[in-house]
Amino acid sequence: MIAHFSQIATIFLMVAGLYVVMARGNMVKKLIGLSLFQSSVYLLYLLPGKVIGGTAPIIGAGFTVYANPLPHVLILTAIVVGIATLALGLTLVVRIKEAYGTIEEDEIIAKETPKTRNGPGRGGDAA
Amino acid sequence: MIETTITIALLLMLAAVTVGIVRVRGLFAAVVLLGVYSLLMATLFIVLDAVDVAMTEAAVGAGVSTVFFLGALYLTDTVEAPSSRGRFLPLLLALVTAGALVWGLSDLPEFGSPEQPIHKQGADYLARSIPETGIPNVVTSVLASYRSFDTLGETTVVFTAGIGILALLRRRRGEGRN
Repeated sequence: MIAHFSQIATIFLMVAGLYVVMARGNMVKKLIGLSLFQSSVYLLYLLPGKVIGGTAPIIGAGFTVYANPLPHVLILTAIVVGIATLALGLTLVVRIKEAYGTIEEDEIIAKETPKTRNGPGRGGDAA
Repeated sequence: MIETTITIALLLMLAAVTVGIVRVRGLFAAVVLLGVYSLLMATLFIVLDAVDVAMTEAAVGAGVSTVFFLGALYLTDTVEAPSSRGRFLPLLLALVTAGALVWGLSDLPEFGSPEQPIHKQGADYLARSIPETGIPNVVTSVLASYRSFDTLGETTVVFTAGIGILALLRRRRGEGRN
Protein backbone atom coordinates (compact mmCIF):
# COMPACT_ATOMS: atom_id res chain seq x y z
CA MET A 1 0.00 0.00 0.00
CA ILE A 2 2.72 2.49 1.03
CA ALA A 3 4.92 1.34 -1.88
CA HIS A 4 2.21 2.47 -4.30
CA PHE A 5 1.13 5.62 -2.44
CA SER A 6 2.20 7.95 -5.25
CA GLN A 7 0.26 5.97 -7.85
CA ILE A 8 -2.83 5.82 -5.62
CA ALA A 9 -2.67 9.62 -5.10
CA THR A 10 -2.33 10.06 -8.89
CA ILE A 11 -5.39 7.87 -9.45
CA PHE A 12 -7.30 10.05 -6.95
CA LEU A 13 -6.41 13.20 -8.92
CA MET A 14 -7.41 11.45 -12.17
CA VAL A 15 -10.76 10.26 -10.85
CA ALA A 16 -11.52 13.71 -9.39
CA GLY A 17 -11.03 15.17 -12.88
CA LEU A 18 -13.23 12.46 -14.39
CA TYR A 19 -15.96 13.18 -11.81
CA VAL A 20 -15.92 16.93 -12.61
CA VAL A 21 -16.23 16.18 -16.35
CA MET A 22 -19.23 13.89 -15.77
CA ALA A 23 -21.07 15.61 -12.90
CA ARG A 24 -20.89 19.30 -13.83
CA GLY A 25 -22.94 20.90 -16.59
CA ASN A 26 -20.89 24.09 -16.88
CA MET A 27 -18.59 23.82 -19.89
CA VAL A 28 -15.67 25.82 -18.46
CA LYS A 29 -15.82 23.62 -15.37
CA LYS A 30 -15.78 20.55 -17.61
CA LEU A 31 -12.59 21.83 -19.26
CA ILE A 32 -11.06 22.46 -15.81
CA GLY A 33 -11.85 18.82 -14.94
CA LEU A 34 -10.29 17.69 -18.21
CA SER A 35 -7.12 19.66 -17.34
CA LEU A 36 -7.01 17.95 -13.92
CA PHE A 37 -7.30 14.55 -15.59
CA GLN A 38 -4.61 15.45 -18.13
CA SER A 39 -2.08 16.65 -15.53
CA SER A 40 -2.53 13.47 -13.50
CA VAL A 41 -1.73 11.41 -16.62
CA TYR A 42 1.52 13.42 -16.97
CA LEU A 43 2.31 12.47 -13.37
CA LEU A 44 1.50 8.81 -14.00
CA TYR A 45 4.01 8.78 -16.88
CA LEU A 46 6.78 10.55 -14.96
CA LEU A 47 6.55 8.54 -11.72
CA PRO A 48 8.23 5.32 -13.00
CA GLY A 49 11.05 7.31 -14.66
CA LYS A 50 12.35 8.46 -11.28
CA VAL A 51 15.21 6.59 -9.57
CA ILE A 52 15.75 7.33 -5.85
CA GLY A 53 19.15 9.02 -5.51
CA GLY A 54 19.28 9.81 -9.22
CA THR A 55 19.50 13.17 -10.95
CA ALA A 56 18.01 14.90 -14.01
CA PRO A 57 19.02 13.29 -17.35
CA ILE A 58 21.74 15.81 -18.19
CA ILE A 59 25.06 13.98 -18.62
CA GLY A 60 27.80 15.41 -16.39
CA ALA A 61 30.95 14.35 -14.57
CA GLY A 62 30.34 12.97 -11.08
CA PHE A 63 26.87 11.55 -11.79
CA THR A 64 26.09 7.97 -12.69
CA VAL A 65 22.36 7.52 -11.88
CA TYR A 66 19.90 9.41 -14.06
CA ALA A 67 16.11 9.46 -14.44
CA ASN A 68 14.76 7.83 -17.60
CA PRO A 69 14.50 10.61 -20.25
CA LEU A 70 11.93 8.96 -22.53
CA PRO A 71 8.77 9.73 -20.42
CA HIS A 72 9.99 13.34 -20.11
CA VAL A 73 10.08 13.73 -23.89
CA LEU A 74 6.64 12.14 -24.34
CA ILE A 75 5.10 14.39 -21.68
CA LEU A 76 6.72 17.55 -23.08
CA THR A 77 4.90 16.79 -26.34
CA ALA A 78 1.68 16.00 -24.45
CA ILE A 79 1.73 19.32 -22.52
CA VAL A 80 2.03 21.37 -25.71
CA VAL A 81 -0.68 19.37 -27.50
CA GLY A 82 -2.83 19.69 -24.34
CA ILE A 83 -2.68 23.49 -24.31
CA ALA A 84 -3.54 23.59 -28.04
CA THR A 85 -6.65 21.43 -27.58
CA LEU A 86 -7.60 23.39 -24.43
CA ALA A 87 -7.44 26.67 -26.37
CA LEU A 88 -9.64 25.18 -29.11
CA GLY A 89 -12.11 23.92 -26.48
CA LEU A 90 -12.31 27.33 -24.80
CA THR A 91 -12.91 28.98 -28.19
CA LEU A 92 -15.79 26.57 -28.79
CA VAL A 93 -17.20 27.50 -25.34
CA VAL A 94 -17.05 31.20 -26.28
CA ARG A 95 -18.88 30.45 -29.56
CA ILE A 96 -21.52 28.40 -27.69
CA LYS A 97 -22.04 31.32 -25.30
CA GLU A 98 -22.65 33.64 -28.27
CA ALA A 99 -25.00 31.24 -30.04
CA TYR A 100 -27.09 30.16 -27.01
CA GLY A 101 -26.44 32.86 -24.41
CA THR A 102 -25.37 30.27 -21.83
CA ILE A 103 -22.59 27.75 -21.18
CA GLU A 104 -24.69 25.44 -18.98
CA GLU A 105 -25.36 22.13 -20.69
CA ASP A 106 -28.84 21.71 -19.13
CA GLU A 107 -30.01 25.11 -20.41
CA ILE A 108 -28.65 24.43 -23.91
CA ILE A 109 -30.51 21.09 -24.04
CA ALA A 110 -33.69 22.83 -22.83
CA LYS A 111 -33.33 25.41 -25.62
CA GLU A 112 -32.67 22.77 -28.26
CA THR A 113 -35.54 20.39 -27.40
CA PRO A 114 -38.58 22.44 -28.62
CA LYS A 115 -36.79 23.24 -31.92
CA THR A 116 -36.46 19.60 -32.91
CA ARG A 117 -40.13 18.97 -32.04
CA ASN A 118 -41.38 21.84 -34.22
CA GLY A 119 -39.42 20.75 -37.30
CA PRO A 120 -39.54 16.96 -37.56
CA GLY A 121 -38.37 17.01 -41.20
CA ARG A 122 -34.94 18.42 -40.22
CA GLY A 123 -33.71 15.55 -38.13
CA GLY A 124 -35.49 12.88 -40.18
CA ASP A 125 -33.64 13.62 -43.43
CA ALA A 126 -30.53 11.74 -42.45
CA ALA A 127 -32.44 8.63 -41.34
CA MET B 1 14.25 8.87 1.64
CA ILE B 2 13.88 12.67 1.60
CA GLU B 3 12.72 12.49 -2.04
CA THR B 4 9.92 10.09 -1.13
CA THR B 5 8.85 12.32 1.79
CA ILE B 6 8.71 15.47 -0.38
CA THR B 7 6.82 13.55 -3.09
CA ILE B 8 4.21 12.40 -0.55
CA ALA B 9 3.87 15.92 0.93
CA LEU B 10 3.39 17.47 -2.53
CA LEU B 11 0.86 14.77 -3.52
CA LEU B 12 -1.17 15.49 -0.35
CA MET B 13 -1.16 19.23 -1.20
CA LEU B 14 -2.26 18.40 -4.76
CA ALA B 15 -5.09 16.26 -3.38
CA ALA B 16 -6.23 19.13 -1.12
CA VAL B 17 -6.22 21.61 -4.05
CA THR B 18 -8.14 19.07 -6.17
CA VAL B 19 -10.86 18.75 -3.52
CA GLY B 20 -11.07 22.57 -3.56
CA ILE B 21 -11.46 22.65 -7.36
CA VAL B 22 -14.20 19.99 -7.29
CA ARG B 23 -16.21 21.70 -4.52
CA VAL B 24 -15.91 25.41 -5.37
CA ARG B 25 -18.81 27.01 -7.32
CA GLY B 26 -17.16 30.20 -8.56
CA LEU B 27 -15.33 29.60 -11.84
CA PHE B 28 -12.78 32.34 -11.15
CA ALA B 29 -11.72 30.60 -7.91
CA ALA B 30 -11.57 27.26 -9.74
CA VAL B 31 -9.28 28.71 -12.43
CA VAL B 32 -6.93 30.26 -9.84
CA LEU B 33 -6.87 26.94 -7.94
CA LEU B 34 -6.03 25.19 -11.23
CA GLY B 35 -3.01 27.53 -11.53
CA VAL B 36 -1.95 26.55 -7.99
CA TYR B 37 -2.42 22.89 -8.95
CA SER B 38 -0.18 23.29 -12.03
CA LEU B 39 2.52 25.04 -10.00
CA LEU B 40 2.48 22.26 -7.37
CA MET B 41 2.62 19.74 -10.20
CA ALA B 42 5.68 21.54 -11.66
CA THR B 43 7.39 21.42 -8.23
CA LEU B 44 6.65 17.70 -8.05
CA PHE B 45 8.16 17.23 -11.53
CA ILE B 46 11.41 18.82 -10.26
CA VAL B 47 11.48 16.32 -7.37
CA LEU B 48 10.94 13.55 -9.96
CA ASP B 49 14.05 14.87 -11.85
CA ALA B 50 11.97 15.95 -14.86
CA VAL B 51 13.34 19.50 -15.01
CA ASP B 52 12.43 20.18 -18.65
CA VAL B 53 8.85 19.03 -18.07
CA ALA B 54 8.68 21.13 -14.87
CA MET B 55 9.68 24.29 -16.76
CA THR B 56 7.13 23.61 -19.49
CA GLU B 57 4.36 22.83 -16.97
CA ALA B 58 5.10 26.02 -14.98
CA ALA B 59 5.08 28.17 -18.13
CA VAL B 60 2.22 26.47 -20.00
CA GLY B 61 0.09 24.91 -17.26
CA ALA B 62 0.31 27.62 -14.61
CA GLY B 63 0.87 30.55 -17.01
CA VAL B 64 -0.65 30.33 -20.49
CA SER B 65 -3.56 28.02 -19.65
CA THR B 66 -4.63 30.26 -16.73
CA VAL B 67 -4.57 33.27 -19.08
CA PHE B 68 -6.69 31.34 -21.64
CA PHE B 69 -9.20 30.35 -18.95
CA LEU B 70 -9.43 33.92 -17.65
CA GLY B 71 -9.98 35.17 -21.21
CA ALA B 72 -12.77 32.65 -21.71
CA LEU B 73 -14.34 33.66 -18.35
CA TYR B 74 -14.26 37.32 -19.44
CA LEU B 75 -16.22 36.40 -22.58
CA THR B 76 -18.69 34.06 -20.80
CA ASP B 77 -19.93 33.64 -17.21
CA THR B 78 -17.94 33.54 -13.96
CA VAL B 79 -20.55 31.79 -11.80
CA GLU B 80 -21.60 28.19 -12.27
CA ALA B 81 -25.35 27.52 -12.10
CA PRO B 82 -26.40 24.90 -9.53
CA SER B 83 -26.64 21.63 -11.42
CA SER B 84 -29.98 19.86 -11.60
CA ARG B 85 -28.56 16.53 -12.61
CA GLY B 86 -27.96 13.66 -10.19
CA ARG B 87 -24.57 13.15 -8.59
CA PHE B 88 -24.94 9.46 -7.87
CA LEU B 89 -24.16 8.02 -11.31
CA PRO B 90 -20.99 10.10 -11.99
CA LEU B 91 -19.71 9.30 -8.48
CA LEU B 92 -20.38 5.59 -8.99
CA LEU B 93 -18.61 5.57 -12.38
CA ALA B 94 -15.63 7.49 -10.93
CA LEU B 95 -15.35 5.07 -8.00
CA VAL B 96 -15.57 2.02 -10.29
CA THR B 97 -12.80 3.50 -12.49
CA ALA B 98 -10.68 4.21 -9.39
CA GLY B 99 -11.25 0.67 -8.13
CA ALA B 100 -10.20 -0.86 -11.45
CA LEU B 101 -7.05 1.29 -11.61
CA VAL B 102 -6.04 0.58 -7.99
CA TRP B 103 -6.62 -3.13 -8.61
CA GLY B 104 -4.17 -2.91 -11.54
CA LEU B 105 -1.52 -1.27 -9.35
CA SER B 106 -0.59 -4.45 -7.49
CA ASP B 107 1.58 -5.62 -10.41
CA LEU B 108 3.52 -2.36 -10.72
CA PRO B 109 7.07 -2.08 -9.32
CA GLU B 110 7.85 0.07 -6.27
CA PHE B 111 8.27 3.85 -6.69
CA GLY B 112 11.86 4.98 -7.38
CA SER B 113 13.40 1.51 -7.52
CA PRO B 114 16.15 1.05 -10.16
CA GLU B 115 14.86 -2.49 -10.79
CA GLN B 116 11.81 -1.23 -12.74
CA PRO B 117 11.48 -2.63 -16.29
CA ILE B 118 11.40 0.92 -17.71
CA HIS B 119 15.10 1.32 -16.81
CA LYS B 120 16.14 -2.06 -18.21
CA GLN B 121 14.53 -2.15 -21.65
CA GLY B 122 14.27 0.00 -24.73
CA ALA B 123 16.84 2.23 -26.39
CA ASP B 124 19.51 3.37 -23.92
CA TYR B 125 19.44 7.05 -24.83
CA LEU B 126 21.57 7.93 -21.78
CA ALA B 127 24.55 5.99 -23.18
CA ARG B 128 23.97 6.92 -26.84
CA SER B 129 23.29 10.64 -26.55
CA ILE B 130 26.87 11.99 -26.16
CA PRO B 131 28.61 9.74 -28.78
CA GLU B 132 25.83 10.03 -31.39
CA THR B 133 24.59 13.60 -31.03
CA GLY B 134 27.05 15.36 -28.71
CA ILE B 135 24.22 16.87 -26.63
CA PRO B 136 24.60 16.45 -22.84
CA ASN B 137 20.88 17.07 -22.14
CA VAL B 138 19.39 13.72 -23.14
CA VAL B 139 15.81 15.07 -23.21
CA THR B 140 16.84 17.59 -25.87
CA SER B 141 18.62 14.99 -28.01
CA VAL B 142 15.67 12.56 -27.84
CA LEU B 143 13.14 15.33 -28.55
CA ALA B 144 14.97 16.95 -31.45
CA SER B 145 16.93 14.03 -32.87
CA TYR B 146 15.75 10.50 -32.10
CA ARG B 147 12.03 11.33 -31.93
CA SER B 148 11.95 14.47 -34.06
CA PHE B 149 9.02 13.15 -36.12
CA ASP B 150 6.98 13.18 -32.89
CA THR B 151 7.87 16.83 -32.47
CA LEU B 152 6.91 17.51 -36.10
CA GLY B 153 3.54 15.86 -35.43
CA GLU B 154 3.16 17.98 -32.30
CA THR B 155 3.72 21.23 -34.20
CA THR B 156 1.20 20.01 -36.81
CA VAL B 157 -1.39 19.56 -34.04
CA VAL B 158 -0.66 23.04 -32.65
CA PHE B 159 -0.91 24.51 -36.17
CA THR B 160 -4.25 22.76 -36.81
CA ALA B 161 -5.62 23.96 -33.46
CA GLY B 162 -4.50 27.50 -34.34
CA ILE B 163 -6.35 27.32 -37.69
CA GLY B 164 -9.46 26.05 -35.90
CA ILE B 165 -9.38 28.87 -33.34
CA LEU B 166 -8.89 31.49 -36.06
CA ALA B 167 -11.79 30.06 -38.11
CA LEU B 168 -14.12 30.10 -35.07
CA LEU B 169 -13.17 33.62 -34.01
CA ARG B 170 -13.33 35.02 -37.55
CA ARG B 171 -16.87 33.67 -37.98
CA ARG B 172 -17.78 35.41 -34.74
CA ARG B 173 -16.49 38.75 -36.01
CA GLY B 174 -18.34 38.31 -39.33
CA GLU B 175 -21.64 37.70 -37.53
CA GLY B 176 -21.07 40.78 -35.38
CA ARG B 177 -21.03 42.94 -38.53
CA ASN B 178 -24.37 41.59 -39.76
